[in-house]
Amino acid sequence: MTHLVIAPIIIPLLAGALMMLPGERWRTLRTGLGLAATAALVVVAGLLLLRADAAGAAEVQLYRLGNWPSSFGIVLVLDRLSALMLVLASVLGLAAHVFALARWDRAGAHFHPLFQFQLMGLNGAFLTGDLFNLFVFFEVMLAASYGLALHGSGTARVRAGLHYIAINLAASLVFLVGVSVIYGVAGTLNMADLAARMHDIAAEDRALLETGCAILGVAFLIKAAMWPVGFWLPGTYGAASAPAAAILSLLSKVGIYAVLRLWLLLFGDGAGASAGFGGMWLMLGGLATIAFGSLAVLATQNMARLAGACVIVSSGTLLAALGAGQVAVTGGALFYMTSSVLAIGALFLLIELIERGREVGADVLAVTREAFGEGAEEEYLDDDEEIGVAIPAIMALLGLGFMACALLLAGLPPLSGFLAKFAILAPLIGTGDDGLPATTWAVLAALILSGLACLIAMTRVGMDAFWAAPGPPPRVAMVEILPVAGLLALCLGLTLMAGPVMRYMHDTAAGLHAPAGYVSGVMRP
Amino acid sequence: MELVVAIGIGVLTGSGVWLLLRPRTFQVIMGLSLLSYAVNLFIFSTGGLRTGAAPVLEPGGVGDLATHADPLPQALVLTAIVISFATTALFLVVLLAARGLTGTDHVDGREHDR
Repeated sequence: MTHLVIAPIIIPLLAGALMMLPGERWRTLRTGLGLAATAALVVVAGLLLLRADAAGAAEVQLYRLGNWPSSFGIVLVLDRLSALMLVLASVLGLAAHVFALARWDRAGAHFHPLFQFQLMGLNGAFLTGDLFNLFVFFEVMLAASYGLALHGSGTARVRAGLHYIAINLAASLVFLVGVSVIYGVAGTLNMADLAARMHDIAAEDRALLETGCAILGVAFLIKAAMWPVGFWLPGTYGAASAPAAAILSLLSKVGIYAVLRLWLLLFGDGAGASAGFGGMWLMLGGLATIAFGSLAVLATQNMARLAGACVIVSSGTLLAALGAGQVAVTGGALFYMTSSVLAIGALFLLIELIERGREVGADVLAVTREAFGEGAEEEYLDDDEEIGVAIPAIMALLGLGFMACALLLAGLPPLSGFLAKFAILAPLIGTGDDGLPATTWAVLAALILSGLACLIAMTRVGMDAFWAAPGPPPRVAMVEILPVAGLLALCLGLTLMAGPVMRYMHDTAAGLHAPAGYVSGVMRP
Repeated sequence: MELVVAIGIGVLTGSGVWLLLRPRTFQVIMGLSLLSYAVNLFIFSTGGLRTGAAPVLEPGGVGDLATHADPLPQALVLTAIVISFATTALFLVVLLAARGLTGTDHVDGREHDR
């Protein structure tokens, strides 16, 4: 059963490769294979999560490819954080996949193989234990995401995709520069080995190594869409097809994952003079990202772009929380990440269903009308006649889903979004017995104000979509509403099971903040 | 030797960044290519530069770790070349699609008034 660790990479790889053989004509076969692979991934990820949780606090599961010693060979490392990310990726993948079955998988060529390779890249990035394979899996993931972002074609997608690809190609080059500087100084690319060597880096080389890590960090933060390198995000995600956008929203969390993993590993307490390097930048960058994201949330006139802006806010919140560098805050941030990944995924899927029933450009008109106060009177008169018309059931369902997303993203009770923000803020405030530092106040204000901005924007858009001028209700297939309901039900589950989940998150955070266990686990002979 | 390599990388990077910031898609793809050459050279140079050394073994000598070049940067640079080649090809396709759909080679898909 030790080989189960590599299954999240092998399953989508094999499934994707097999699907390429029969070609587009054998659609049922491809669909069945894809669905089976995605479902198998959920099961495998669940099993791995249980296994990671059953292990001791500082224990990691190591998988050596070809049984080479860790310092020479390629290793896969499973700890609580990677298991959590695997589960998130597979669950969101399953939801997006089922959603796509209704219509999107036929909107262009090779949706299923691309989707499998996307999942393979994601899982590989979560499992790999060395920097260069992280690069390789990033590229696998990005190459598939280019295809998915363009899926369905059309001028808007191609235009946004062009920017997305150019930025990510440049970011990959930055990634490579960072990796090679680190190799040149430290002489290793294995993350655990690197962490072990951090302490003994010569003083004159330390600045160079820190530069390399900072360059690497920039590459991750471009993926995570930190201000000012995140302007590409709303356009790309807004233009992508719904299932693709849902899975792309996870890609920005991969950037967060890499920062979380590497920053805590390399610049923990064992790093000697480099301990805590860049923490302030993460915090300030996170705050700037929240501010930019909140403005974008308020300013946007289009639902899909709104969801993109929510991704930015969520990235900023995570970065700011990470920058605090406290175990309990990191635990809260992990809970927040879980909740927001599910909520944003559901929102992207939901938006497509809602927009289906509306004429193009309705959003723009509505916001402009609101701003200039025109036509309000006429509408009032029209509304009188419509009183008593029952809202069709599907609109009610969609409305409920949208409301749940709004509550989750704004961080209002009773759903898990509130618990997540509370879990970040409570330990931050709790530690300051003798007055809180300015940064804590800033994070506090940023989290609460960004929630307010989210709430205002979502309410405005929601009123517009569900209460004003509904038109004929959209035709929605069962397989489209099910994934959304499933994702939201998981958020509900997070709320109800908050105790055990928080316990898991705190164990994860404790493991991340004490990297010695990770290092000795990977480097054991 | 170091100076020549450093200047070469610098010139490639400078030209690459300048082209990357230009408004035409063709210039952007050329810029990305130049940048990837610069990065490949940079990775290669992290293994250390030596002049006049034998490629693998000294004639008549036996293998000695001290005289070998570090193989890892070479492996890295091969992977990086393959990946950047593939992604550049993919970008080229998107570029052509954008040209066909929007009728212009401007990166924003429309001409800006000067």
